[in-house]
Amino acid sequence: MMIGNWLDIGPITQIEPGTARTLPVIGGEEIAVFHTMRNEFFAIVNTCPHKQGPLSQGIVHGDVVTCPLHNWNISLRSGKALGDDEGCVPTIPLKVDAGRIYLLRSAVIGGGDQAEAA
Amino acid sequence: MNAPMNFEEGKPAGQVRERLVVIGNGMAGCRAVEEILARDPGRFDVTIFGAEPRVNYNRIMLSPVLAGEKTFDEIVINTREWYDDNGITLVSGDKVESIDREHKRVVAASGRIEPYDKLLIATGSDPFIIPVPGKDLDGVVTFRDLDDVDKMLAAAEAGNAKGGGNAVVIGGGLLGLEAAHGLNLRGMNVTVIHLMPTLMERQLDEAAGWLLKTELERRGQTILTGANTKEIIGKDGKVAGVRLEDGTEIPADIVVMAVGIRPATGLAREAGLEVERGIMVDDHMVTSDPAILSVGECVQHRGMCYGLVAPLWDMCRALADFVTESPSGYEGSVTSTKLKVSGIDLFSAGDFSGGEGCEDIVMRDASRGVYKRVIVKDSKVLGAVLYGDTADGSWYFDLMKKGEDVSDIREALIFGQAFASGGALADPNAAVAALSDDAEICGCNGVSKGQVVSCINGGAHSLDAVRSTCKASASCGSCTGLVESLLALTLGGEVESGPKTMCKCTSFTHGDVRKLIVEKGLKEIPQVMQELHWTTPDGCASCRPALNYYLLCAWPGEYEDDQKSRFVNERMHANIQKDGTYSVVPRMWGGLTSPKELRAIADVVEKFNAPMVKVTGGQRLDIFGIKKEDLPAVWADLNAAGMVSGHAYGKSLRTVKTCVGSEWCRFGTQDSTGLGVQIERMTWGSWMPHKFKIAVSGCPRNCAEATIKDFGVVCVDSGYELHIAGNGGIKVRATDLLCKVETEEEALDMCAAFIQFYREDAYYLERTAPWVERVGLQYVKDALAEEGAVERYAARFHYSQQFMQDDPWARRAAGEHEKLHQHLAEVRPFPASQMENA
Ligand SMILES: Cc1cc2nc3c(=O)[nH]c(=O)nc-3n(C[C@H](O)[C@H](O)[C@H](O)COP(=O)(O)OP(=O)(O)OC[C@H]3O[C@@H](n4cnc5c(N)ncnc54)[C@H](O)[C@@H]3O)c2cc1C
Ligand code: HEM
Ligand code: SF4
Ligand code: FES
Repeated sequence: MMIGNWLDIGPITQIEPGTARTLPVIGGEEIAVFHTMRNEFFAIVNTCPHKQGPLSQGIVHGDVVTCPLHNWNISLRSGKALGDDEGCVPTIPLKVDAGRIYLLRSAVIGGGDQAEAA
Repeated sequence: MNAPMNFEEGKPAGQVRERLVVIGNGMAGCRAVEEILARDPGRFDVTIFGAEPRVNYNRIMLSPVLAGEKTFDEIVINTREWYDDNGITLVSGDKVESIDREHKRVVAASGRIEPYDKLLIATGSDPFIIPVPGKDLDGVVTFRDLDDVDKMLAAAEAGNAKGGGNAVVIGGGLLGLEAAHGLNLRGMNVTVIHLMPTLMERQLDEAAGWLLKTELERRGQTILTGANTKEIIGKDGKVAGVRLEDGTEIPADIVVMAVGIRPATGLAREAGLEVERGIMVDDHMVTSDPAILSVGECVQHRGMCYGLVAPLWDMCRALADFVTESPSGYEGSVTSTKLKVSGIDLFSAGDFSGGEGCEDIVMRDASRGVYKRVIVKDSKVLGAVLYGDTADGSWYFDLMKKGEDVSDIREALIFGQAFASGGALADPNAAVAALSDDAEICGCNGVSKGQVVSCINGGAHSLDAVRSTCKASASCGSCTGLVESLLALTLGGEVESGPKTMCKCTSFTHGDVRKLIVEKGLKEIPQVMQELHWTTPDGCASCRPALNYYLLCAWPGEYEDDQKSRFVNERMHANIQKDGTYSVVPRMWGGLTSPKELRAIADVVEKFNAPMVKVTGGQRLDIFGIKKEDLPAVWADLNAAGMVSGHAYGKSLRTVKTCVGSEWCRFGTQDSTGLGVQIERMTWGSWMPHKFKIAVSGCPRNCAEATIKDFGVVCVDSGYELHIAGNGGIKVRATDLLCKVETEEEALDMCAAFIQFYREDAYYLERTAPWVERVGLQYVKDALAEEGAVERYAARFHYSQQFMQDDPWARRAAGEHEKLHQHLAEVRPFPASQMENA
């Protein structure tokens, strides 16, 4: 069966500005989808590079989220820890079209190429 | 008259000119033709198709037409004569329906077939219609062309005839606000519904958005931000109102949808051209078919689609250069925005989302309603947002486009071009030194330079001392920089640093800010920041939660809690644990519980597989390991058994710990349990500067450890000893005795009064122990000993409690902010059944 490269995860209105919501992936890593105050959208793996804090629960400012556990700042754009902290969380390519959010299928599923071939 | 050039190209002499067909008689299409004519007037036979039944006009001026500031005739760009004089065939009111690339011809709705050698697609964009029920009702319009304006004018006229019509504009961006402004001037009651918390959030930050919103509200518009349209309500096929997701209904005779635009790519897509968001073009505006060009809002160039005219002009130049064989190439545009609403000056350009290495330079002038922010990165201007004074907009825009190094003018940048190019910039102090003695330094309090200097010479050696002695810079703070310069000039290096300011965003201390909020009647966070001249656009993680608390405390029932300014625990109403799950602590009044409550807790533990339940130090039970998705269901179950939030997560009243007292204990002197329950019923739910713990012991043996609490009651035979400002934790502090009272009623009153005094006097994140050490026990005693003080403070506390004693769990269990808790969806890594919507 032919399926697109982009996974439709629903309308933009389902994430309030300044917050994030989560997308569990069975057999993969949970994804956090962010809606910033400037109306940008980002998707990253929902796990802080420090001690696995749930980034989706942090305070969002600009294009940065502050981890709720020990206040590391993570760039939503690059997934990199900012300031003196070092670490990186995987980002998932995302696009918005006609009011809906799409994630790159292969990145969501991680090893997704295999899954699609199966 | 054929140009020899054509001949050289291998065309037979006498051959007719190349045929250029343009689809779209709009701003880009006609401009492209003008540019070509200017370079080589005889080159093409031009035919322009326009879906609109009129000549080309300046679309951006539709806003002034709607507002009654211009007529249609005044905004026409190309008159009939222009088409005739240039031998252009205008086919207006006829929409092109298909492109036949094989035979190089287009087919229009009328059946007209037009062959081309070169085709130019300039179809612009279509307004985006949000897919809500009722979107097709009569009276739902967009804002794109003259017909739309006519519909709005007709609605306004009909409204005026019946004494005032209602208009709802969906979308608080540039277009929506211009529509709202026009309709407002035409006499309609206008409501703007905007999904985001900030108006024009793509162009403005929170601070400028707030100023804009306040001004529009002052002009009589209703602005609803953070509002989501659920449906458009109709009556007899005609629009009657709009219903929001939260159930609010707004009556409407007309609804204008202005939520955005989408490039009009339908024709190109059907013709098999390469299309993504827009029609793909190269740097010469050529599509994937070399015979077909495209310009305007319908194209996508280097990944960008534009919605403003400036880029179109650049595209048209590149296109004309290319078709007349002197290719220049289009490299993309940097854009800036102005809002065309008379009396509102607003400018925005570039990137202001912040990020690593970005520096914000902010200047506010509350008395003139000015807010300026320039974003600098690596010594280059990255963006600018100006409100109230946009004179320097084009200068910043220029610096930005040219990528000029601004390190030399960094200090003066925010004051604008005139100042930055003057000589004073090398040393801001020199400019102040040059001022005459009677020059006014502080406008709020009318203090001159001479007065400030003599005050400094008189011993005021710090900013704070100047503020308290001659009042300069004590009100709004906009002259703080001047006063600091005067201190430096007068004292040389001996300026004393004053008490710590609230944070790096302001020169005021917590105490100043609290006082000024009340004195000036400031009621919103952006308003405090504007009036007190915050030096950052929207504060930081230290001042936002503090301001949120101060406003909540100062204006109970009026101020709306700002969720964005709260830490995760206070947003989620539970305590986050190191594995990202939450712990849930329901209230047990005075440490009492019942079989029903215990059963409900036991059921929750089993139902949600909580791995641990623990008795807390505050005499209640903590259920651990609850997932955020399960929280509302857990709360619903606990609510059903009569339990409410224990606020174990908040800067608020935590617990009232009690001993069994005279009811059971052989030493008990009073009913400590009963009093504890009464106190907890009175105080629960109140937000405080920091967490607040209470205990009541039935006799001086003090089993409830009341002497290490923020407020402790020790019962004695003759009444109640009231203790304050104790603390367990890292730095143990035993309480101070505040006073002794004889009755339960007096104890309750004093408790309410003390809490309220603490709420109004302490700094955010200051617990009672450090607060009392800072201000002194006597200060607290004196404040409460004043005639009628206890009654006044207690009354204010009870008033505030009316609004605070609203169980947040019950609201969440009923669906408030449900999105904070639910997953978006779930992904299963097998094709076919990829996901389920949550
Ligand atoms: C109310 C309003 C205010 C604005 N204010 C500003 C502003 O202040 N500053 C700014 O920079 N920009 C502003 N804009 C945006 C600006 O008007 C556009 O960027 C510009 O008009 C785009 O030009 P265009 O030629 O690409 O599209 P258009 O000007 O929309 O021209 C496209 C034309 O093609 C026609 N057409 C479409 N499909 C077909 C077809 N199949 N056959 C025949 N004809 C077809 C359409 O009817 C339309 O007339 C504003 C827009 C509006 C609506
Ligand atoms: C963010 C860090 C902290 C968290 C999440 C936390 C959480 C808790 C919780 C959930 C309880 C149970 C109280 C109840 O029943 O409501 C508790 C009790 C207590 N905490 Fe903390 N706490 C924190 C920091 C502190 C600090 C800094 C101190 C010291 C100043 C402190 C001192 C206490 C004491 C003394 C008790 C026992 C309360 C009583 O007996 O009434 N805690 N804490
Ligand atoms: S504090 Fe006094 S009254 Fe209360 S339980 Fe202890 S001994 Fe009994
Ligand atoms: S886990 Fe994110 S900062 Fe520690």
